[in-house]
Amino acid sequence: MSESCKSSATDIQKRAADWVFERHDSKTWSPEDQVKLDAWLNESIAHRVAYVRLETMLTRSNRLVALRVEPAKGGKRIEPQSQKRRFSLAAAAAVGLVTLAGTGAAVFLNAPQTQTYSTALGAHKTITLADGTRIELNTNTVLHARISARERSVWLDKGEAYFQVTHEETRPFVVTAGNYRVIDLGTAFSVRSDTNRLEVALVEGRARFEAARANIHMTPSDLTPGDVVVATAQKVIVTKKPEKKLASDLAWRQGLLVFNYTTLADAAAEFNRYNTKKLIIADQAAARLTVMGKFPATNVDLFGQVAKAALGVRIESRSNEIVISKQPTEK
Amino acid sequence: MTAPNVDTWFAREVLPMEAVLIQFLRNNWRDKSEISDLLQDVYVRIYEAALKQIPDSTKQFVFQTARNLLIDRARHERVVPFETLADMEALNLAADVPGPEQTVIARDELLRLRAGLDRLPARSREALILRQIEGLSRQEIAQRMNISDHTVKWHLAEGLRLLADIMYGDTAEAGARL
Repeated sequence: MSESCKSSATDIQKRAADWVFERHDSKTWSPEDQVKLDAWLNESIAHRVAYVRLETMLTRSNRLVALRVEPAKGGKRIEPQSQKRRFSLAAAAAVGLVTLAGTGAAVFLNAPQTQTYSTALGAHKTITLADGTRIELNTNTVLHARISARERSVWLDKGEAYFQVTHEETRPFVVTAGNYRVIDLGTAFSVRSDTNRLEVALVEGRARFEAARANIHMTPSDLTPGDVVVATAQKVIVTKKPEKKLASDLAWRQGLLVFNYTTLADAAAEFNRYNTKKLIIADQAAARLTVMGKFPATNVDLFGQVAKAALGVRIESRSNEIVISKQPTEK
Repeated sequence: MTAPNVDTWFAREVLPMEAVLIQFLRNNWRDKSEISDLLQDVYVRIYEAALKQIPDSTKQFVFQTARNLLIDRARHERVVPFETLADMEALNLAADVPGPEQTVIARDELLRLRAGLDRLPARSREALILRQIEGLSRQEIAQRMNISDHTVKWHLAEGLRLLADIMYGDTAEAGARL
Protein backbone atom coordinates (compact mmCIF):
# COMPACT_ATOMS: atom_id res chain seq x y z
CA MET A 1 0.00 0.00 0.00
CA SER A 2 1.55 3.26 -0.95
CA GLU A 3 -1.32 5.64 -1.09
CA SER A 4 0.71 8.58 0.04
CA CYS A 5 3.40 9.85 -2.23
CA LYS A 6 7.00 9.82 -1.19
CA SER A 7 6.63 13.29 0.24
CA SER A 8 5.05 13.44 3.67
CA ALA A 9 1.57 14.72 4.38
CA THR A 10 3.07 17.84 5.92
CA ASP A 11 5.09 18.62 2.79
CA ILE A 12 2.01 18.26 0.65
CA GLN A 13 0.09 20.54 2.96
CA LYS A 14 2.79 23.19 2.76
CA ARG A 15 2.67 23.11 -1.00
CA ALA A 16 -1.14 23.16 -0.97
CA ALA A 17 -1.14 26.21 1.33
CA ASP A 18 1.20 27.97 -1.11
CA TRP A 19 -1.18 27.20 -3.94
CA VAL A 20 -4.21 28.43 -2.02
CA PHE A 21 -2.61 31.83 -1.46
CA GLU A 22 -1.21 31.85 -4.98
CA ARG A 23 -4.72 31.32 -6.30
CA HIS A 24 -6.50 33.72 -3.96
CA ASP A 25 -3.97 36.54 -3.78
CA SER A 26 -2.88 36.70 -7.38
CA LYS A 27 -4.17 39.78 -9.15
CA THR A 28 -3.15 38.31 -12.47
CA TRP A 29 -4.31 34.71 -12.21
CA SER A 30 -4.08 33.49 -15.78
CA PRO A 31 -5.32 30.39 -17.60
CA GLU A 32 -1.69 29.23 -17.61
CA ASP A 33 -1.59 29.51 -13.82
CA GLN A 34 -4.78 27.50 -13.64
CA VAL A 35 -3.26 24.82 -15.86
CA LYS A 36 -0.29 24.59 -13.50
CA LEU A 37 -2.52 24.34 -10.47
CA ASP A 38 -4.71 21.72 -12.15
CA ALA A 39 -1.64 19.73 -13.06
CA TRP A 40 -0.52 19.73 -9.45
CA LEU A 41 -3.99 18.83 -8.20
CA ASN A 42 -4.25 15.99 -10.70
CA GLU A 43 -0.90 14.57 -9.75
CA SER A 44 -2.43 12.83 -6.79
CA ILE A 45 -5.61 12.81 -4.80
CA ALA A 46 -3.55 13.61 -1.74
CA HIS A 47 -2.76 16.96 -3.38
CA ARG A 48 -6.39 17.64 -4.15
CA VAL A 49 -7.58 16.72 -0.68
CA ALA A 50 -4.96 18.92 0.95
CA TYR A 51 -5.88 21.81 -1.30
CA VAL A 52 -9.62 21.48 -0.70
CA ARG A 53 -9.04 21.26 3.03
CA LEU A 54 -6.90 24.39 3.21
CA GLU A 55 -9.01 26.38 0.79
CA THR A 56 -12.05 25.56 2.91
CA MET A 57 -10.12 26.69 5.96
CA LEU A 58 -9.25 29.99 4.30
CA THR A 59 -12.90 30.56 3.43
CA ARG A 60 -13.93 29.67 6.97
CA SER A 61 -11.44 32.13 8.36
CA ASN A 62 -12.96 34.90 6.26
CA ARG A 63 -15.39 35.21 9.13
CA LEU A 64 -12.56 36.75 11.10
CA VAL A 65 -13.32 40.01 9.33
CA ALA A 66 -16.08 40.44 11.88
CA LEU A 67 -13.34 41.13 14.43
CA ARG A 68 -12.42 44.28 12.58
CA VAL A 69 -15.53 46.00 13.83
CA GLU A 70 -15.65 47.20 17.42
CA PRO A 71 -12.27 45.85 18.42
CA ALA A 72 -12.82 47.16 21.94
CA LYS A 73 -15.75 44.85 22.50
CA GLY A 74 -14.19 41.92 20.76
CA GLY A 75 -16.27 42.56 17.70
CA LYS A 76 -18.61 39.63 17.83
CA ARG A 77 -21.18 41.62 15.98
CA ILE A 78 -21.22 43.70 12.92
CA GLU A 79 -23.10 46.80 13.76
CA PRO A 80 -24.60 48.59 10.85
CA GLN A 81 -24.20 52.26 11.63
CA SER A 82 -27.30 53.76 10.16
CA GLN A 83 -30.00 51.45 11.45
CA LYS A 84 -32.79 53.93 11.50
CA ARG A 85 -32.33 55.18 8.00
CA ARG A 86 -31.87 51.76 6.51
CA PHE A 87 -35.30 50.93 5.23
CA SER A 88 -36.31 54.39 4.22
CA LEU A 89 -33.09 54.60 2.26
CA ALA A 90 -33.87 51.35 0.55
CA ALA A 91 -37.31 52.60 -0.35
CA ALA A 92 -35.90 55.88 -1.59
CA ALA A 93 -33.37 54.09 -3.72
CA ALA A 94 -36.04 51.96 -5.29
CA VAL A 95 -38.24 54.91 -6.04
CA GLY A 96 -35.26 56.68 -7.52
CA LEU A 97 -34.62 53.82 -9.87
CA VAL A 98 -38.15 53.60 -11.10
CA THR A 99 -38.13 57.32 -11.75
CA LEU A 100 -34.86 57.07 -13.55
CA ALA A 101 -36.22 54.33 -15.75
CA GLY A 102 -39.21 56.46 -16.63
CA THR A 103 -37.32 59.54 -17.68
CA GLY A 104 -34.02 57.90 -18.43
CA ALA A 105 -34.47 57.50 -22.14
CA ALA A 106 -34.37 61.22 -22.66
CA VAL A 107 -31.45 61.85 -20.34
CA PHE A 108 -29.21 58.85 -20.89
CA LEU A 109 -29.58 57.52 -24.38
CA ASN A 110 -28.23 54.14 -23.47
CA ALA A 111 -29.85 53.78 -20.08
CA PRO A 112 -31.15 50.24 -19.91
CA GLN A 113 -34.75 49.61 -18.97
CA THR A 114 -35.54 48.62 -15.45
CA GLN A 115 -38.29 46.05 -15.38
CA THR A 116 -40.49 45.61 -12.36
CA TYR A 117 -41.97 42.25 -11.42
CA SER A 118 -44.36 41.55 -8.58
CA THR A 119 -46.63 38.92 -7.12
CA ALA A 120 -49.82 39.21 -5.13
CA LEU A 121 -50.45 37.54 -1.77
CA GLY A 122 -50.30 33.77 -2.23
CA ALA A 123 -49.01 34.00 -5.80
CA HIS A 124 -45.91 32.37 -7.22
CA LYS A 125 -44.30 33.36 -10.49
CA THR A 126 -41.23 32.36 -12.46
CA ILE A 127 -39.55 34.84 -14.79
CA THR A 128 -36.60 34.46 -17.12
CA LEU A 129 -34.39 37.48 -17.66
CA ALA A 130 -32.71 38.36 -20.94
CA ASP A 131 -29.46 36.72 -19.82
CA GLY A 132 -31.17 33.39 -19.12
CA THR A 133 -31.27 33.82 -15.34
CA ARG A 134 -34.41 32.34 -13.80
CA ILE A 135 -36.07 34.03 -10.86
CA GLU A 136 -38.90 32.51 -8.87
CA LEU A 137 -40.93 35.05 -6.96
CA ASN A 138 -42.69 33.93 -3.82
CA THR A 139 -45.81 35.51 -2.34
CA ASN A 140 -46.16 39.28 -2.00
CA THR A 141 -42.88 40.14 -3.68
CA VAL A 142 -41.63 43.16 -5.61
CA LEU A 143 -38.36 43.25 -7.48
CA HIS A 144 -36.74 45.31 -10.21
CA ALA A 145 -34.29 43.93 -12.75
CA ARG A 146 -31.91 45.72 -15.04
CA ILE A 147 -29.80 43.89 -17.57
CA SER A 148 -27.33 45.95 -19.51
CA ALA A 149 -24.21 45.23 -21.49
CA ARG A 150 -22.07 45.82 -18.44
CA GLU A 151 -24.12 44.73 -15.49
CA ARG A 152 -26.98 42.62 -14.27
CA SER A 153 -28.76 44.01 -11.26
CA VAL A 154 -31.81 43.06 -9.28
CA TRP A 155 -33.30 44.97 -6.39
CA LEU A 156 -35.55 43.03 -4.07
CA ASP A 157 -37.89 45.55 -2.45
CA LYS A 158 -39.87 43.07 -0.44
CA GLY A 159 -40.75 39.40 -0.33
CA GLU A 160 -38.72 36.41 -1.32
CA ALA A 161 -37.13 35.10 -4.49
CA TYR A 162 -35.03 32.20 -5.64
CA PHE A 163 -32.31 32.93 -8.18
CA GLN A 164 -30.81 30.46 -10.60
CA VAL A 165 -28.11 32.60 -12.12
CA THR A 166 -26.50 32.08 -15.49
CA HIS A 167 -22.91 32.78 -14.60
CA GLU A 168 -20.97 35.28 -16.66
CA GLU A 169 -17.38 36.08 -15.87
CA THR A 170 -17.53 39.64 -17.14
CA ARG A 171 -21.01 40.65 -16.08
CA PRO A 172 -21.61 39.97 -12.40
CA PHE A 173 -25.12 39.37 -11.19
CA VAL A 174 -25.91 41.53 -8.17
CA VAL A 175 -28.99 41.30 -5.99
CA THR A 176 -29.49 44.21 -3.62
CA ALA A 177 -31.93 44.02 -0.72
CA GLY A 178 -32.01 46.68 1.95
CA ASN A 179 -28.49 47.49 3.05
CA TYR A 180 -26.86 44.41 1.63
CA ARG A 181 -26.17 42.72 -1.64
CA VAL A 182 -25.32 39.28 -2.95
CA ILE A 183 -22.89 38.95 -5.82
CA ASP A 184 -23.14 35.74 -7.77
CA LEU A 185 -20.07 33.71 -8.50
CA GLY A 186 -22.04 31.01 -10.34
CA THR A 187 -24.93 30.07 -8.13
CA ALA A 188 -28.43 29.33 -7.04
CA PHE A 189 -29.58 31.17 -3.95
CA SER A 190 -32.63 32.61 -2.26
CA VAL A 191 -33.16 36.03 -0.75
CA ARG A 192 -35.96 36.86 1.65
CA SER A 193 -36.54 40.43 2.69
CA ASP A 194 -38.93 40.99 5.59
CA THR A 195 -39.62 44.30 7.25
CA ASN A 196 -36.48 44.35 9.36
CA ARG A 197 -34.77 41.13 8.52
CA LEU A 198 -32.93 39.88 5.47
CA GLU A 199 -32.13 36.24 4.85
CA VAL A 200 -29.92 34.84 2.12
CA ALA A 201 -29.47 31.10 1.62
CA LEU A 202 -26.87 29.75 -0.76
CA VAL A 203 -27.95 26.50 -2.40
CA GLU A 204 -25.32 25.92 -5.07
CA GLY A 205 -22.03 27.38 -6.17
CA ARG A 206 -20.53 30.45 -4.57
CA ALA A 207 -21.63 33.98 -3.87
CA ARG A 208 -20.39 37.00 -2.00
CA PHE A 209 -22.47 38.77 0.60
CA GLU A 210 -21.59 42.35 1.37
CA ALA A 211 -22.89 45.71 2.45
CA ALA A 212 -24.50 47.70 -0.33
CA ARG A 213 -23.75 51.03 1.32
CA ALA A 214 -20.45 52.55 2.31
CA ASN A 215 -21.69 53.53 5.77
CA ILE A 216 -22.37 49.91 6.71
CA HIS A 217 -19.20 48.32 8.00
CA MET A 218 -19.14 44.76 6.94
CA THR A 219 -16.34 43.16 5.00
CA PRO A 220 -17.56 40.82 2.25
CA SER A 221 -18.24 37.26 3.22
CA ASP A 222 -17.86 34.45 0.70
CA LEU A 223 -20.72 32.00 0.95
CA THR A 224 -20.54 28.31 0.21
CA PRO A 225 -23.52 25.95 -0.18
CA GLY A 226 -25.57 25.62 2.98
CA ASP A 227 -24.54 29.05 4.27
CA VAL A 228 -27.43 31.16 5.49
CA VAL A 229 -26.97 34.83 6.26
CA VAL A 230 -29.43 36.59 8.50
CA ALA A 231 -29.06 40.35 8.63
CA THR A 232 -31.09 42.51 10.99
CA ALA A 233 -30.58 46.12 11.90
CA GLN A 234 -28.40 45.00 14.80
CA LYS A 235 -26.25 42.26 13.39
CA VAL A 236 -25.25 39.95 10.58
CA ILE A 237 -24.90 36.26 11.32
CA VAL A 238 -23.79 33.47 9.02
CA THR A 239 -24.81 29.92 9.88
CA LYS A 240 -24.61 26.60 8.14
CA LYS A 241 -27.92 24.87 7.53
CA PRO A 242 -28.17 21.18 6.70
CA GLU A 243 -29.36 20.44 3.19
CA LYS A 244 -32.68 19.12 4.43
CA LYS A 245 -33.49 22.27 6.34
CA LEU A 246 -32.55 24.36 3.35
CA ALA A 247 -34.85 22.29 1.17
CA SER A 248 -37.77 22.83 3.55
CA ASP A 249 -37.14 26.56 3.57
CA LEU A 250 -37.38 26.52 -0.20
CA ALA A 251 -40.46 24.28 -0.36
CA TRP A 252 -42.46 27.38 -1.31
CA ARG A 253 -41.13 26.83 -4.80
CA GLN A 254 -43.47 23.84 -4.89
CA GLY A 255 -46.20 25.85 -3.20
CA LEU A 256 -45.59 24.12 0.11
CA LEU A 257 -44.74 25.10 3.65
CA VAL A 258 -42.68 22.54 5.55
CA PHE A 259 -42.77 22.53 9.33
CA ASN A 260 -40.47 20.57 11.56
CA TYR A 261 -41.15 21.14 15.24
CA THR A 262 -42.27 24.61 14.26
CA THR A 263 -44.32 26.45 16.85
CA LEU A 264 -47.89 27.20 15.94
CA ALA A 265 -47.05 30.89 16.27
CA ASP A 266 -44.29 30.64 13.66
CA ALA A 267 -46.40 28.44 11.41
CA ALA A 268 -49.23 30.98 11.54
CA ALA A 269 -46.84 33.79 10.64
CA GLU A 270 -45.69 31.77 7.63
CA PHE A 271 -49.25 31.10 6.44
CA ASN A 272 -50.11 34.74 6.89
CA ARG A 273 -47.47 35.68 4.34
CA TYR A 274 -49.52 33.86 1.73
CA ASN A 275 -53.16 34.40 2.56
CA THR A 276 -55.65 37.19 3.09
CA LYS A 277 -57.47 34.87 5.47
CA LYS A 278 -55.24 35.21 8.53
CA LEU A 279 -54.44 32.65 11.18
CA ILE A 280 -54.73 34.12 14.65
CA ILE A 281 -53.32 32.29 17.63
CA ALA A 282 -55.42 33.33 20.58
CA ASP A 283 -53.36 32.18 23.54
CA GLN A 284 -49.84 31.31 24.62
CA ALA A 285 -50.71 27.67 25.25
CA ALA A 286 -51.65 27.27 21.61
CA ALA A 287 -48.76 29.39 20.35
CA ARG A 288 -46.27 27.05 21.99
CA LEU A 289 -47.58 23.86 20.40
CA THR A 290 -45.38 22.50 17.63
CA VAL A 291 -46.33 21.17 14.24
CA MET A 292 -44.67 18.96 11.68
CA GLY A 293 -45.53 18.22 8.08
CA LYS A 294 -46.04 19.68 4.62
CA PHE A 295 -48.95 21.93 3.82
CA PRO A 296 -50.12 23.76 0.73
CA ALA A 297 -49.25 27.38 1.47
CA THR A 298 -52.55 28.77 0.26
CA ASN A 299 -54.88 26.30 1.97
CA VAL A 300 -55.14 27.79 5.40
CA ASP A 301 -58.44 26.00 6.08
CA LEU A 302 -56.78 22.63 5.62
CA PHE A 303 -54.09 23.61 8.07
CA GLY A 304 -56.75 24.66 10.57
CA GLN A 305 -58.47 21.30 10.30
CA VAL A 306 -55.25 19.34 10.67
CA ALA A 307 -54.23 21.42 13.67
CA LYS A 308 -57.60 20.80 15.24
CA ALA A 309 -57.38 17.04 14.72
CA ALA A 310 -53.71 16.61 15.58
CA LEU A 311 -53.24 19.13 18.36
CA GLY A 312 -56.68 19.20 19.88
CA VAL A 313 -56.98 22.94 19.55
CA ARG A 314 -60.19 24.87 19.11
CA ILE A 315 -60.83 26.39 15.71
CA GLU A 316 -63.09 29.31 15.07
CA SER A 317 -63.42 30.10 11.40
CA ARG A 318 -64.62 33.56 10.41
CA SER A 319 -64.83 35.11 6.98
CA ASN A 320 -61.37 36.62 7.01
CA GLU A 321 -59.60 34.82 9.81
CA ILE A 322 -59.22 31.55 11.63
CA VAL A 323 -58.76 31.79 15.36
CA ILE A 324 -56.90 28.93 17.02
CA SER A 325 -57.03 28.57 20.78
CA LYS A 326 -56.08 25.97 23.34
CA GLN A 327 -57.78 27.24 26.47
CA PRO A 328 -61.54 27.45 26.45
CA THR A 329 -62.45 31.03 25.63
CA GLU A 330 -63.93 32.99 28.50
CA LYS A 331 -67.54 33.73 28.10
CA MET B 1 -19.52 12.59 -9.63
CA THR B 2 -17.41 15.47 -10.84
CA ALA B 3 -14.48 16.71 -8.80
CA PRO B 4 -16.10 20.04 -7.80
CA ASN B 5 -19.10 18.18 -6.37
CA VAL B 6 -16.85 15.88 -4.44
CA ASP B 7 -14.85 18.88 -3.24
CA THR B 8 -18.01 20.45 -1.89
CA TRP B 9 -19.20 17.26 -0.27
CA PHE B 10 -15.77 16.64 1.19
CA ALA B 11 -15.53 20.12 2.68
CA ARG B 12 -19.05 20.06 4.03
CA GLU B 13 -19.32 16.55 5.44
CA VAL B 14 -15.91 14.97 5.85
CA LEU B 15 -13.69 17.80 7.10
CA PRO B 16 -15.88 18.53 10.14
CA MET B 17 -15.15 15.00 11.36
CA GLU B 18 -11.41 15.48 11.39
CA ALA B 19 -11.08 15.89 15.15
CA VAL B 20 -12.93 12.67 15.87
CA LEU B 21 -11.13 10.88 13.09
CA ILE B 22 -7.74 11.87 14.48
CA GLN B 23 -8.84 10.73 17.90
CA PHE B 24 -9.84 7.42 16.40
CA LEU B 25 -6.50 7.01 14.63
CA ARG B 26 -4.58 7.94 17.78
CA ASN B 27 -6.53 5.44 19.83
CA ASN B 28 -5.81 2.69 17.39
CA TRP B 29 -2.31 3.28 16.13
CA ARG B 30 0.82 2.90 18.15
CA ASP B 31 3.14 5.23 16.26
CA LYS B 32 1.76 8.71 16.89
CA SER B 33 4.20 10.30 14.45
CA GLU B 34 2.36 8.58 11.62
CA ILE B 35 -1.04 10.07 12.38
CA SER B 36 -0.88 12.90 9.84
CA ASP B 37 0.13 10.49 7.07
CA LEU B 38 -2.60 8.09 8.07
CA LEU B 39 -5.11 10.90 8.05
CA GLN B 40 -4.04 11.86 4.57
CA ASP B 41 -4.39 8.27 3.37
CA VAL B 42 -7.86 7.99 4.86
CA TYR B 43 -8.81 11.21 3.08
CA VAL B 44 -7.42 9.94 -0.21
CA ARG B 45 -9.39 6.72 0.04
CA ILE B 46 -12.57 8.57 0.94
CA TYR B 47 -12.13 11.04 -1.89
CA GLU B 48 -11.37 8.31 -4.43
CA ALA B 49 -14.46 6.37 -3.44
CA ALA B 50 -16.60 9.51 -3.55
CA LEU B 51 -15.47 10.19 -7.12
CA LYS B 52 -17.29 6.99 -8.04
CA GLN B 53 -20.20 7.54 -5.72
CA ILE B 54 -20.93 9.80 -2.78
CA PRO B 55 -21.68 7.46 0.12
CA ASP B 56 -25.09 7.62 1.75
CA SER B 57 -23.83 7.84 5.28
CA THR B 58 -20.68 9.88 5.48
CA LYS B 59 -20.11 9.12 9.13
CA GLN B 60 -20.21 5.35 8.71
CA PHE B 61 -18.18 5.48 5.56
CA VAL B 62 -15.44 7.64 7.05
CA PHE B 63 -14.89 5.36 9.99
CA GLN B 64 -15.20 2.19 7.97
CA THR B 65 -12.51 3.56 5.67
CA ALA B 66 -10.27 4.49 8.57
CA ARG B 67 -10.71 1.07 10.08
CA ASN B 68 -9.91 -0.72 6.82
CA LEU B 69 -6.84 1.40 6.33
CA LEU B 70 -5.52 0.56 9.78
CA ILE B 71 -6.11 -3.13 9.16
CA ASP B 72 -4.36 -2.99 5.80
CA ARG B 73 -1.47 -1.11 7.31
CA ALA B 74 -1.19 -3.51 10.18
CA ARG B 75 -1.12 -6.48 7.81
CA HIS B 76 1.29 -4.83 5.47
CA GLU B 77 3.72 -3.90 8.19
CA ARG B 78 3.33 -7.30 9.81
CA VAL B 79 2.60 -5.71 13.11
CA VAL B 80 0.14 -7.26 15.42
CA PRO B 81 -3.09 -5.36 15.12
CA PHE B 82 -4.20 -3.73 18.28
CA GLU B 83 -6.76 -5.47 20.36
CA THR B 84 -8.82 -2.35 19.92
CA LEU B 85 -9.08 -3.01 16.23
CA ALA B 86 -11.03 -6.14 16.99
CA ASP B 87 -13.31 -4.15 19.21
CA MET B 88 -13.99 -1.53 16.65
CA GLU B 89 -16.98 -3.34 15.33
CA ALA B 90 -18.54 -3.04 18.73
CA LEU B 91 -17.68 0.62 18.97
CA ASN B 92 -20.73 2.74 18.83
CA LEU B 93 -19.51 5.49 16.59
CA ALA B 94 -22.85 7.16 16.32
CA ALA B 95 -22.68 8.21 19.94
CA ASP B 96 -19.77 10.60 19.79
CA VAL B 97 -19.35 11.52 16.14
CA PRO B 98 -20.86 14.84 15.17
CA GLY B 99 -23.05 14.37 12.15
CA PRO B 100 -22.98 16.59 9.10
CA GLU B 101 -26.22 18.08 10.33
CA GLN B 102 -24.23 19.68 13.10
CA THR B 103 -24.91 23.36 13.08
CA VAL B 104 -22.05 25.74 13.06
CA ILE B 105 -23.05 28.96 14.68
CA ALA B 106 -21.08 31.83 13.32
CA ARG B 107 -20.42 33.32 16.71
CA ASP B 108 -18.91 30.15 18.13
CA GLU B 109 -16.96 29.71 14.96
CA LEU B 110 -15.58 33.20 15.39
CA LEU B 111 -14.53 32.53 18.97
CA ARG B 112 -12.84 29.33 17.91
CA LEU B 113 -11.10 31.02 15.02
CA ARG B 114 -9.80 33.68 17.34
CA ALA B 115 -8.58 31.11 19.83
CA GLY B 116 -6.96 29.23 16.96
CA LEU B 117 -5.19 32.34 15.76
CA ASP B 118 -3.75 32.91 19.21
CA ARG B 119 -2.02 29.57 19.06
CA LEU B 120 -0.11 30.31 15.87
CA PRO B 121 3.54 31.38 15.73
CA ALA B 122 3.71 35.17 16.12
CA ARG B 123 4.72 36.09 12.57
CA SER B 124 2.20 33.78 10.92
CA ARG B 125 -0.46 35.06 13.25
CA GLU B 126 0.37 38.64 12.40
CA ALA B 127 0.36 37.98 8.66
CA LEU B 128 -2.99 36.20 8.82
CA ILE B 129 -4.54 38.92 10.96
CA LEU B 130 -3.39 41.58 8.52
CA ARG B 131 -4.83 39.64 5.60
CA GLN B 132 -8.04 38.23 7.06
CA ILE B 133 -9.02 40.92 9.56
CA GLU B 134 -7.43 44.08 8.24
CA GLY B 135 -7.97 43.04 4.64
CA LEU B 136 -4.50 44.06 3.50
CA SER B 137 -2.93 42.81 0.27
CA ARG B 138 0.24 40.79 0.38
CA GLN B 139 2.24 43.79 -0.74
CA GLU B 140 0.80 45.89 2.07
CA ILE B 141 1.49 43.15 4.57
CA ALA B 142 5.10 42.99 3.37
CA GLN B 143 5.47 46.73 3.96
CA ARG B 144 3.77 46.63 7.34
CA MET B 145 5.85 43.70 8.58
CA ASN B 146 8.95 44.93 6.84
CA ILE B 147 9.67 41.60 5.18
CA SER B 148 9.73 40.37 1.58
CA ASP B 149 6.65 39.34 -0.33
CA HIS B 150 8.02 35.84 -0.49
CA THR B 151 8.38 35.65 3.28
CA VAL B 152 4.85 36.96 3.75
CA LYS B 153 3.60 34.14 1.58
CA TRP B 154 5.56 31.66 3.63
CA HIS B 155 4.12 32.95 6.91
CA LEU B 156 0.60 32.95 5.49
CA ALA B 157 0.92 29.41 4.18
CA GLU B 158 2.36 28.21 7.44
CA GLY B 159 -0.37 29.99 9.40
CA LEU B 160 -3.15 28.54 7.27
CA ARG B 161 -1.74 25.03 7.53
CA LEU B 162 -1.45 25.20 11.32
CA LEU B 163 -4.81 26.91 11.71
CA ALA B 164 -6.42 24.09 9.73
CA ASP B 165 -4.82 21.54 12.03
CA ILE B 166 -6.11 23.43 15.04
CA MET B 167 -9.59 24.08 13.70
CA TYR B 168 -10.22 20.68 12.19
CA GLY B 169 -8.11 18.54 14.40
CA ASP B 170 -8.28 19.86 17.90
CA THR B 171 -11.86 20.78 18.54
CA ALA B 172 -11.79 20.02 22.23
CA GLU B 173 -8.51 21.76 22.85
CA ALA B 174 -9.39 24.83 20.85
CA GLY B 175 -12.70 25.01 22.68
CA ALA B 176 -11.12 24.51 26.06
CA ARG B 177 -9.01 27.62 25.70
CA LEU B 178 -11.96 29.90 25.31
